[in-house]
Amino acid sequence: MDAIILQILNGLDKGSAYALIALGLTLIFGTLGVVNFAHGALFMIGAFVAVSLQRLFGMSFEQIDETKTDFLGNPLKVNVPYVDSWFGPDVGEWLIDWSVPLAILVAIPVMLLVGFVMERGLIKHFYKRPHADQILVTFGLAIVLQELIKYFFGANPIQTGAPDAFTGSFDFGRLIGFDPNVIIYPYWRLVYFAFAAVVIGAVFSFLRFTTFGMVVRAGMADRETVELLGINIDRRFTIMFGIAAAVAGIAGVMYTPILAPNYHMGMDFLVLSFVVVVVGGMGSLPGAVAAGFLLGILQSFASMNEIKAIVPGIDQVIIYLVAIIILLTRPRGLLGRAGVMED
Amino acid sequence: MRLLGLSRKDTRFLLIVIFLTMATPILLQPFPEGSGLATFNAGYPDLMQRFAIFGIFAIGFNILFGLTGYLSFGHAAFLGVGSYTVVWMYKLLDYNVVYGLPLAVAVSAVFAVVIGYVSLRRSGIYFSILTLAFAQMSYNLAYSVLTPLTNGETGLQVYGNDPQVLLGATEANSPHFFGWVMNDNFWEPVIGGWKFTFNNGYYFTAIIAIIAFYVSLRIFRSPFGLMLRAIKTNQTRLNYTGINTRPYTLAAFVISGMYAGLAGGLMAAMDPLAGAERMQWTASGEVVLMTILGGAGTLMGPILGAGFIKYFENIFSKINDSVLHGWFGFLPDGLEDFLIGVSHFFVGKSWHLTLGLLFMLVVVFLPGGLVEGGQRIAAMFRKKSGGKDDAAHQPKPAPHVAE
Repeated sequence: MDAIILQILNGLDKGSAYALIALGLTLIFGTLGVVNFAHGALFMIGAFVAVSLQRLFGMSFEQIDETKTDFLGNPLKVNVPYVDSWFGPDVGEWLIDWSVPLAILVAIPVMLLVGFVMERGLIKHFYKRPHADQILVTFGLAIVLQELIKYFFGANPIQTGAPDAFTGSFDFGRLIGFDPNVIIYPYWRLVYFAFAAVVIGAVFSFLRFTTFGMVVRAGMADRETVELLGINIDRRFTIMFGIAAAVAGIAGVMYTPILAPNYHMGMDFLVLSFVVVVVGGMGSLPGAVAAGFLLGILQSFASMNEIKAIVPGIDQVIIYLVAIIILLTRPRGLLGRAGVMED
Repeated sequence: MRLLGLSRKDTRFLLIVIFLTMATPILLQPFPEGSGLATFNAGYPDLMQRFAIFGIFAIGFNILFGLTGYLSFGHAAFLGVGSYTVVWMYKLLDYNVVYGLPLAVAVSAVFAVVIGYVSLRRSGIYFSILTLAFAQMSYNLAYSVLTPLTNGETGLQVYGNDPQVLLGATEANSPHFFGWVMNDNFWEPVIGGWKFTFNNGYYFTAIIAIIAFYVSLRIFRSPFGLMLRAIKTNQTRLNYTGINTRPYTLAAFVISGMYAGLAGGLMAAMDPLAGAERMQWTASGEVVLMTILGGAGTLMGPILGAGFIKYFENIFSKINDSVLHGWFGFLPDGLEDFLIGVSHFFVGKSWHLTLGLLFMLVVVFLPGGLVEGGQRIAAMFRKKSGGKDDAAHQPKPAPHVAE
């Protein structure tokens, strides 16, 4: 029992990332009808916004500290971050420590802007082109974005820590009545799951309970009628693209303490997220979220030693196997509507 | 003149291709050794072999994608299978590639039948994702559980204690074709300032590439090829007329998988190594790039695309600061530094950025690839000289890929 709970918990953080990326992919596909292969790159850009912010806060200058001396008796030179000298050491240290969560505030406008530029500049011209063309052009874009990041940040993963308050693990098992030290779970992963739940809830309520969301949903169902009513649906869809980009971006920001960001993390997640979208059902938002968590948890179960002993290598292929089975038996996906992309 | 069952035009076409392939070591070496432009020379064996090998890979991919419009994102899996097969034959028998290559084609055909049978039940984006899923599965397995077969991250290679049962006492200790050692150059003339390298391995791959090209030419001109084109144009209509398209698409898939296996085998023939990274989906993406860049569905397109990408990959990665300073040295200092700074984005290690941009431009503006670009330029000249090509009386260009 404890092993099962542990695996479910382990699957949650990866599942959250899959669900967030797949949610954005599905939003874009459902509104614009575009298959966006550059969505993983947006996730990666988000992660690097966090990296940049941490570096920015960490930028320092040399100062002579009169109170300390080095071994020769000269006054010691110490590196003082600019933020420390501007806001005082307390606020400065706090800013550096909390740079990853703070990066969300930066990432949202940045990603919205990236999304708008991408949609207006490139995707707009591909509404009417075949899906294969859309895949190809966004694949090209993904390469470009990836190489730009590689150019500026290098090819190696960059460690980006969580705030001190959330490093370390806590004993989840004791919370629900197990023996101590059976179910240990890192704080940050729990934070990530909570964060993903909030973001997913926010996106759903935005679509459900606002007028804007209602118009968007109407546009997804019947674009022409909405246009006939005199509504500029294109603009709203562009905004939705920006929102999808922002969701991917902040998902990347918060993921940095779990996985040190590198330039190809976007591509790695993209392939899996696409599989998630297909399993959930193209164009189905609840499907994308459900499949994201489902596959994340399945993957973590498959990596249990007991299961690997029975079927070697299953942890490497489980997601793809599920996708193949789903595609062959139920091509519309788990929660997809009948008739949507069911060829 | 007609040869080998080809029409007059195709015979001429084939002869031109044969001439170009055979003369490559000369044609790609236009600048004398040691001159400033020698960077642009491409006539050395390693690169020429890659031209031929990736040419074969792209020709095969084009039979599937160019003719039927099914966009496979998992063709690199066959490349990897081919390489592993050939290296295993080195390990078990000996370094003669004659055992490995046919087996590589056969093994990748078996893989292609299995993967194709499953994947082809769906079309459009689902087909792409299914093939991608299969390729990623093979890649992940090759890295993890199949380590006894693939030697995991190290990559498969020949070790001293391998059986190599057929290895003779005087036999070469690197890949060869009945004693024709791949790494050797059979002629290295120096004429004036020019140095040419005629390499065994290049000519071996080149001859196979010509055969591969000829086979693809025949497929393009055959009723079977016509059928594949019909599938791309309107599959629903074919279904209505009572034709089952599945066998045709499966045949195309298997043929292109065999081409990929052959290319993978040849890679191992040039360099007796096989690694799982050859199966990664970025490698599948590369052949898609080559085919689109050159012109999907055309005969020459994929070869042009493969050559173009491999050439510029090689040249662009070689350009470094000192080369750039040499070029822009005549400019005022500020401007020179600025231009070098800008160029940094595109050359050296950042070459993929250039490739990505170029690829996007091609997909956006030139869906027919380089071949279409060439045709447009040719049409422009023809118009100037008073041709009567009226667009309204031309057949409409076929859509780039099938839905």
